[in-house]
Amino acid sequence: MLAYIIRRIFVLIPTLLGVSILVFLMLHLTPGDPAELLMGERASEEALQEIREHLGLNKPLYEQYGLFLKQLMQGDLGETIWTRQKVWIEVKQRFPATIELSIVALFISCFAGMILGIISATKQYSIFDYLSMLGALVGVSMPIFWLGLVFMLIFALNLGWLPMSGRLTVGVELETITNLYILDAIITRNWAALRDALWHIIMPAVTLSTIPTAIVARMTRSAMLEVLRQDYIKTAKAKGLSQFIVIFKHALRNALIPVVTTIGLQFGVLLGGAILTETIFAWPGVGKWMYDAVMQRDYMVIRSGTLFIATIFVLINLCVDVLYAVINPRISVK
Amino acid sequence: MFKKTILILTLAVFLCAGTALAAPKSGGTLIWGRGGDSVGLDPAYETDGNSFQVCDNLYEALVFYKDESTALEPGLAESWTISPDGKTYTFNLRKGVKFHDGTPFNADAVVFSIGRMMKERNVKFHGKGWDIPAQDRTPEYWVSMEMDDTIGAIEATGEYEVVFKLKRVEAPFLANMGMDFADIISPTAFMKNPKEFLRNPVGTGPFKFVKWVKDDQIILAKNTDYWDKAAGPYLDKVVFRSIPENSVRFLELKAGSIHACQFPNPADIELARKDPNIKLVSQPGMNIGYLSFNHTKEPWKSNLHLRKAIAHAINRKAIVDNLYQGMGQVAKNPIPPTMWGYNKQVPGFKYDVEMAKAELAKAGFPEGEGLPEITLWSMPVPRPYNPDGLKIGVAMAADLAKIGIKARVVSFEWGTYLKRQREQPEDMDLFQLGWTGDNGDPDNFLAVLFDGLASSSVRTQWHNEEYHKLILQGKQTVDQNKRAEIYKTALKLIYDEVPVISVAHSTVITPVRNEVMDFKQHPTNSQRMKNVWLK
Repeated sequence: MLAYIIRRIFVLIPTLLGVSILVFLMLHLTPGDPAELLMGERASEEALQEIREHLGLNKPLYEQYGLFLKQLMQGDLGETIWTRQKVWIEVKQRFPATIELSIVALFISCFAGMILGIISATKQYSIFDYLSMLGALVGVSMPIFWLGLVFMLIFALNLGWLPMSGRLTVGVELETITNLYILDAIITRNWAALRDALWHIIMPAVTLSTIPTAIVARMTRSAMLEVLRQDYIKTAKAKGLSQFIVIFKHALRNALIPVVTTIGLQFGVLLGGAILTETIFAWPGVGKWMYDAVMQRDYMVIRSGTLFIATIFVLINLCVDVLYAVINPRISVK
Repeated sequence: MFKKTILILTLAVFLCAGTALAAPKSGGTLIWGRGGDSVGLDPAYETDGNSFQVCDNLYEALVFYKDESTALEPGLAESWTISPDGKTYTFNLRKGVKFHDGTPFNADAVVFSIGRMMKERNVKFHGKGWDIPAQDRTPEYWVSMEMDDTIGAIEATGEYEVVFKLKRVEAPFLANMGMDFADIISPTAFMKNPKEFLRNPVGTGPFKFVKWVKDDQIILAKNTDYWDKAAGPYLDKVVFRSIPENSVRFLELKAGSIHACQFPNPADIELARKDPNIKLVSQPGMNIGYLSFNHTKEPWKSNLHLRKAIAHAINRKAIVDNLYQGMGQVAKNPIPPTMWGYNKQVPGFKYDVEMAKAELAKAGFPEGEGLPEITLWSMPVPRPYNPDGLKIGVAMAADLAKIGIKARVVSFEWGTYLKRQREQPEDMDLFQLGWTGDNGDPDNFLAVLFDGLASSSVRTQWHNEEYHKLILQGKQTVDQNKRAEIYKTALKLIYDEVPVISVAHSTVITPVRNEVMDFKQHPTNSQRMKNVWLK
């Protein structure tokens, strides 16, 4: 098992090299010049030249790439163009916000999606089945942007139950250790901050979870339907086991494999792509950060940020593969 | 007698109420909602509004702009004298001012703050001074304001006296010293860690830096030792919150969780007007959105009638009413009406299709015949002076079609647009662009934008000897009244020769909660919280 994991981690290297080359080439092909964007309307040719020189943008592409690799070998992700800060510090400041949001969203979608899927499967073609699958279809096709604003209008502006945006109310003090606010509040036993952080995360997490919930629900339903038709389920029922045991102990475990794959992939998507949710809810995470970097042509952020997200994605897939073995002993990792 | 008593009593009540209303109250936290985070907080190196609006409250410069105008008043310098030849400026500094870290403010701090931006550091400290570290990057504003060509040497000639020796007579110099890049920073704080100063700013301003949560909020606290006791600060804290989505930011204002919403969607302004808890603070922006010609090629270069035809053909009022959504005014001159030197005598171009057709015929293209399809470069991004370049481009093209000119709207990604525009390519006929003023000096519009003979990086490559001479004369005249006359003549020349069609000046409107008192917008778009208080 350990050897397998180590081998998989080594596979990361060619994957990331591929990603970095791709990103470099794409950056080269996209129009736009960070120096122009930094200076805007007031740019003079000399000033632009000085900035390009300073940033090393006037060097040939292969030289820039070589320099980037060299830095990377030394564990240096480089410095951002706009904020003149080490990229890893910028990541460190923003990634916890994204992780926190994604985990809560994933938790909601696993819980809600699986429950919906299981009930739909056991009560196939019932009104509940139709309604929940229709709901899932709507969930998949709902524009997050619109949904977020509607939630805000209803729950924040009209009912006043939840805060509109942000991670904490201005004025609520919280000592940050991990920058995962919920965890920090628990560690420092700051219950007021914990309540506030939870209140703030509900709307963005629910908004972010709509699509994964719908996907998980549909996946669970079809996997369950397949398993429920198998002979050993009949045997279990014939033995006189309760419906509950049959479904949750016998059927669900076998139906889980495709569901876990889906959930793993969704987690990767959530981590890298919560751009819209982060933008609407003013959630200071990596999605919004990467989006801004693309708009401002902050090459350093785009390069290193993409690599970082790719690494996380690959690592999550590895976790999913390892989880398979835990769920299903018939699969062994070699 | 009775009536008289009543009258006096009523008056007394009114007076009391009046003073009670006017007396500022200390305390409270003001939350300012804006669209993005600051990039950095070292005024010498920043280029964006979101950074400067925080710097405005942390730092101060030698000269200040007055409230709601760009007229100058003493700042960290109590007074100044200019030598008869206009090349030596001596500043007498305010005594007893301290930076937030306790470092005393003096002439050496000025030499350090300004001197660090010079390419060749010709500086002299009064005391021990500091070894100024090498520049981490180009100080963009310093370079674009051509300060290296202006300032020859900076010398501290006393504990509280600094002398700037200029290389040339440059009338806008004093106004430049009020800009953000010329803010004075604490040298000791900078020297502690030059690379991190932009995240640990220390100045003399009414508020000091507390904390920065990236992409979320910047927190400032009252500087209780602020030197100007007569002028605040009143707020305990100011929080700059980034809420990227315009409509969400406005909803936050409605819900009362922020006190001000910068740059709302124009459609939300109407909603704000109807909300009893919100008031609107507006200020004509110090900007110009314009349409100009590719002066490096024919027929634009030498066909005055053609340029006039286009000026009369475009319905600027309709554009301002519908696309600026009321947040703007039709421009007559390419500098805003609030600026000194503005020429009221210039009549401006009337929207008149018949007149445009007549000019077009005089230009040699009756009904547009003989003129091939032209390109109209339209801006891809909203800017303060132009809310929607593409829609405005389409409207302009439709206007031109009415007199028989076929125009195709063209656009590029913003960086590419700026870059290619500067090259004045063959495939560009008309282009939209604009400008937001830096220092309230007409030179900052008229030289930078239209004097093509001065530099090839001037966006409008209009080459006119007479205009060039006027602009040079403006730079070299120190007396402001005389300069105003020069700029009025230059503006008349622009009206006669039509190198550019001034489209509109936008109005900056900020909705704020009713409890926010004494908040004034500044033409330079700086957001000063010094006098602001909460009811």
